[in-house]
Order: sequence, then C-alpha cells, then structure tokens
Amino acid sequence: MTTVLKNVFDRPVSLKDVSTHFCPGCQHGTAHRLCAEAMDSLGVQQRAIGVASVGCSVFLYGYFDIDVVEAPHGRAPAVATGVKRVRKDDFVFTYQGDGDLAAIGTSEIIHAANRGEAISVIFVNNTTYGMTGGQMAPTTLPQQQTSTSPTGRNVASDGYPIRMAELLSGLEGVSYSCRVAVNNPKNIMAAGKAIEKAFRCQVEQGGFGFVEVLTTCPTNWGMNPLKANNRVAEEMIPYFPLGVFKDIAPMGQEV
Amino acid sequence: MPSNRIEIDPIYCKGCALCTIACPQKLIEMSDALNEQGYIPAVISSGNLARCTACALCARMCPDAAIRVFKSVETDGGQS
Amino acid sequence: MKRLFVKGNEAVAMGALEAGCRYYFGYPITPQSDIPEYISREMPKLGGTFIQAESEIASINMLLGASACGVRAMTSSSSPGISLKQEGISYMAGSELPGLIVNICRSGPGLGGIDASQADYFQSVKGGGHGGYHIIVLAPHTVQEMYDLTMLAFDLADRYRMPAMLLGDAVVGQIKEALVPHPYQQPSDLPTKEWAVSGKQGRSDQRIVKSLFLGDGELEAHNWRLHAKYKQLQDNEVRCETEHVDDADLVVTAFGSAARIVKTAARMAREEGLKVGVIRPITLFPFPIATYQQAAQTVKKMLCVELNAGQMVEDVRLAVNGKVDVAFYGRPPGAGSLPTPEEILVQIKKHCG
Repeated sequence: MTTVLKNVFDRPVSLKDVSTHFCPGCQHGTAHRLCAEAMDSLGVQQRAIGVASVGCSVFLYGYFDIDVVEAPHGRAPAVATGVKRVRKDDFVFTYQGDGDLAAIGTSEIIHAANRGEAISVIFVNNTTYGMTGGQMAPTTLPQQQTSTSPTGRNVASDGYPIRMAELLSGLEGVSYSCRVAVNNPKNIMAAGKAIEKAFRCQVEQGGFGFVEVLTTCPTNWGMNPLKANNRVAEEMIPYFPLGVFKDIAPMGQEV
Repeated sequence: MPSNRIEIDPIYCKGCALCTIACPQKLIEMSDALNEQGYIPAVISSGNLARCTACALCARMCPDAAIRVFKSVETDGGQS
Repeated sequence: MKRLFVKGNEAVAMGALEAGCRYYFGYPITPQSDIPEYISREMPKLGGTFIQAESEIASINMLLGASACGVRAMTSSSSPGISLKQEGISYMAGSELPGLIVNICRSGPGLGGIDASQADYFQSVKGGGHGGYHIIVLAPHTVQEMYDLTMLAFDLADRYRMPAMLLGDAVVGQIKEALVPHPYQQPSDLPTKEWAVSGKQGRSDQRIVKSLFLGDGELEAHNWRLHAKYKQLQDNEVRCETEHVDDADLVVTAFGSAARIVKTAARMAREEGLKVGVIRPITLFPFPIATYQQAAQTVKKMLCVELNAGQMVEDVRLAVNGKVDVAFYGRPPGAGSLPTPEEILVQIKKHCG
C-alpha cells in the first residue's frame, strides 16, 4: 500500500481561472461556483449559453467558460426565451439579481415562467442594488436602511419585500421553484443540489426551474463579511424561508 | 503517511474569513501580512494542517473558490 | 409569375417567410396586427416559432436572444410599441446584432391615433434609443416593396451586423394591391455568423454577445467601428427612386405613402406642362445625400412633402446645404389629415411660380 494526496475539492471546470471583481465576502462568487459545479456535473458546459443581467452579475462571461449573451436590465428571461427557442438542445440559464429580476424585470420573469420556458433561472437575492451603491430593492427587508431608504424601508409607503420563489410557484408553467442560502456549508451543499436539480429539470425534462439564492452584500450593508453572513440567518431567512415551493413535472408531461 | 492538505490561493483570497467559521476545528486563521491584492488572506499553519481532515467545508464556504483540498488516501500501490 | 391581391402587412409577412425568417416575436397593436396574425398561421407550418410576447419590450429582447444565435428573426409593431422597443434596439445596435424591426407607423404623440403617419422619421433614422447609433431604415411605398424591402432588410442587417427597420405606415400596411411574389435569392457573399452563440462545442474561445465595454479605450474603439459601418452603408447601400429630375425646375421629395400622393401630383403637374421631378428615398438611413446634391445643381427649388409637421425636410436641407431652397408641405397626422394629390398640386404650382 502507498499513500497519495487525492484532490477532493477544486475549482469547477466551467469556472474560469480568474479572480472575480466581487467584494470580499460577497456570495455571488459562491452562487457562481455552484452553477459551474452543476454544469460540470451534468456535463453541459460545452452546450451551455448563459444570459447575463445588469448589476454585479453582468460579468458572467468573465467568470464562466461558456457562451454568453448580455441582456438589458431585467430582460434576461425574454432574451433567454429567444435563445432557447433557437437552440433547443442547448442548456440556457439566466443569472439575475433582485433589482433586475424582482423590480424592472417582473414582467419578463413572470411570463417566461408562465410559458414554462425550458430555461433555468438563478435569482440572487441580497436585499439591495449592489452595483449602483446599495439602494432599496424590492427585496429590501422592512426597516432596512439603504442609500434610498435612509430611515429604513417603510412598508406603509414602499410595500413589503417580494417573495419571488413563492410567487412564481403559483404559475402553471413552473416545474421547480425553491429558495436556498449559502451562509454555511450545510446550506451551501443544499443550494448546490437545488441548482443542479433546476438545471437537470431543463436538461432532462424541458422544464422551467427557479432557484432563489439568499446572499450577502457586505459592502452595501456596511458590515464585515462575517457579520453580513450572520445577518442571512438572523434577518433574511425568517422573512425569506428556505424550501422547495414547487417540484412537479413540466406542463403537459406525466408525473 | 503525509497529512491532508489545503491550498489557499493567495491571489484569489480576499480575506473575508468565511472559511475560518466553516472549519469545524477552527484550523484556519487570518494572516498578519497583506497579499498581492492588498487583502489579508486566510492561512493555515503546518501544525494545524496536520489535524485537517480534508472535509472541504472551508472550500465550499469560500466565495472565491480559492481553496483546493487534498486528502491523503491509501492506494494498492499503483500510481494514481 | 402569379399575381396576388394582398395587404401590405401580409406582404411583409410573406417576404419575411420567403427570406428564411423562422422566428417572430411580437405584441398586438393597430395598424400592424395583420403581420403577427399571418405569421402565427403560416410560420409554424414551416417549422418556425411564433411567440406573442407579454410586451413589446419582451418581444424585442426575444429577438435579441434569437438573433444572438445567428438566425433570421423579426418583430413588428407600431409607433407606441416601437418606442418601447427602443431599449432593445439600442442594445442590439451596441451588440452588433442583425434583426428586422417593422414599424407600421401610426399617429402620435402618445396614444395619438391609428391613422397613417410619418412622425416616427426622426426616431427611426436618428437612432431612436440612447447612445448615438444608427440602424438601417427602409421605406416601402407599395405592397410590392413591402415584400421586396423586407427581404433586402434581412440581407443588409446580416451583411452589416446591425438591426434594420422597415418603416411603413397605416396606408402601405393596410392597402391591398397587386403583389408578384418571387423567390428569395440570398446574396452569395453574405458573411457567415461566426460570432453567434451556440454553446462552446469544443471551441477554445467563448462567444460573447454584449454591449458593455469598460476597458480603457474599448468603448470608443467600438463606437468608431460602428460609425465606420454607417459610412460603408452611405457609400454602398443608398437606394433611391427618381422621376424626371434631369429637366426639372422643381423637385418634390417624399418617402413611403406620402410619395404615392406626390408621384400622382407630379404627374398631374407634368400634364399641365410644369417641369416637376420626384426624388423618393427608399433607404432613409443611409440617406440619399448625393442624389439631392446632384439635383441641387440643376433644379430651382425643392419641396418636401411628409405626413408630419416636417422631419425629413431637415435632412434634405442638410444634404443640399443651402444650394437651393427647400420648402415643406405637410400636416401633422390624424383622422382627415391625409393630403390629396390636388392639395399637393396646389403646392407644386405655388413653388413653380
């Protein structure tokens, strides 16, 4: 018997060997890695087309070693619809933040979901507009202070944060909708499985899969990465519960 | 028998310290020197490395995919 | 060849299918709904995809996505809907994506009305959206041209990797007249779309369709490259119809359905012995600057007629650069505001005097 060192954890192949522009502790990087791992696992990197959105997630093509189309703000599900209808055998996913998907892009996400487009949507919810400097997002929590809600989100005038995973699960076209977090290794592993499941739902069944990922934005929250990470469990998960809200066969297919 | 090993890439690490809370044994610490990017990176001492179980939780927690994990395994003699 | 009696909007749909367009994304709006209606019926028979989107915004972005995959794809709408599409058109221009956008223009501003209008001239030829770009703009004036120019629009869009717009209006969209459909012949020298996303399929390079350029000097270089293409269009792709310009004292100029009225009025004037010529731009971008400049050497005056309060006239005046006077006659669009040939004849006589 001899002893060797076996590489048991490495960067996924679908992720490029580059450092990201994300701030320290920003969990966009975690969500990126999980998407790349799922693409590796399903063997779809060579037929993957990503649709980038606007915000911190715009540099998708800089980090994933795949073909990418950049969409206007909020329009990624419509762009992905056009891509997928042409490239039916390819794997198509959008990666969108909360301002992009849950504010300016509500029309596009709801109707792509309702049509049951065979695409996967990764929705990164960090309760703020990161790229533009931490303004109030549709997912900003009640009383949360942001650069445009300096005294805290006032639900009487601003409304309540939108729970997108639950909202979309009410649509017939949605096959899979869930919410995950990446604030500890256990949740990260569950998130990885959920993303892989959403991707598999498209690849194997032609279904619409949606994964909302709760992440941190330490810079705009004004917290260090560890405090920001704690906020996910303390404040976000109580309002945005983790779980699977829908998991059925795509429309028109036998369960 | 060589010990398990983790490699924290000093270029990718941004010093967020999330790996330090992910490690069940709290084996990872923050360096006292800046890396090339100007961050204070995470490090693991050789003493602590000897206790690493290669569970890879630190690597999973890392938002920058900066950690590679190697586990010491026994083989039946062939090169692997 | 068989002659058909069809609406202009149907001719657009027929031309698109004949040119190999198999992807249509649209949203209903008067007076262009015959286009999605025809295509929703006929395109699936050819294995194509028709999507009635949730909005004009979604449909232009579906077009962006399909076009990024290298196929011929289109959308159609009318003025208020085209306003909504401007965001996507700007992104397509910035991302160098071909694609056909049909505007069967109606009257405005705002909800305006559903009557024929040419009030979207500025919006079409000056870019329309943000960022300082141009798209190819073709202006059909007959049902036959609705068919022919739809095909040409796809070819030009593919050749120059930029969006092309067919700018019609309620007259040319809704009118029924003879169409001789003919088979589409793709130019043999159209460039292959090696930029189109397809999944890497073993390629070492990524294909990225984008309009964000943050590197030092990158965006400026990108913009200069776009503008070099506009110059190429000006040099190579101007199309223009002229009638009796050589001996004319007065040139009347108009595009699209206004040109139908103008051509009739000019013939009436000729019958009365007036030396009247016509210049009808077929490409609004690129604009037939040289044709106007040449005419300005010999004619005494020009008269620009539009179904608006005066838009193309500015480009005509820029083209002749003060060499001759350019008068304008037009009326803002709305029910009852379409000028008659007799009304134009009065103007011709006024300016011939």
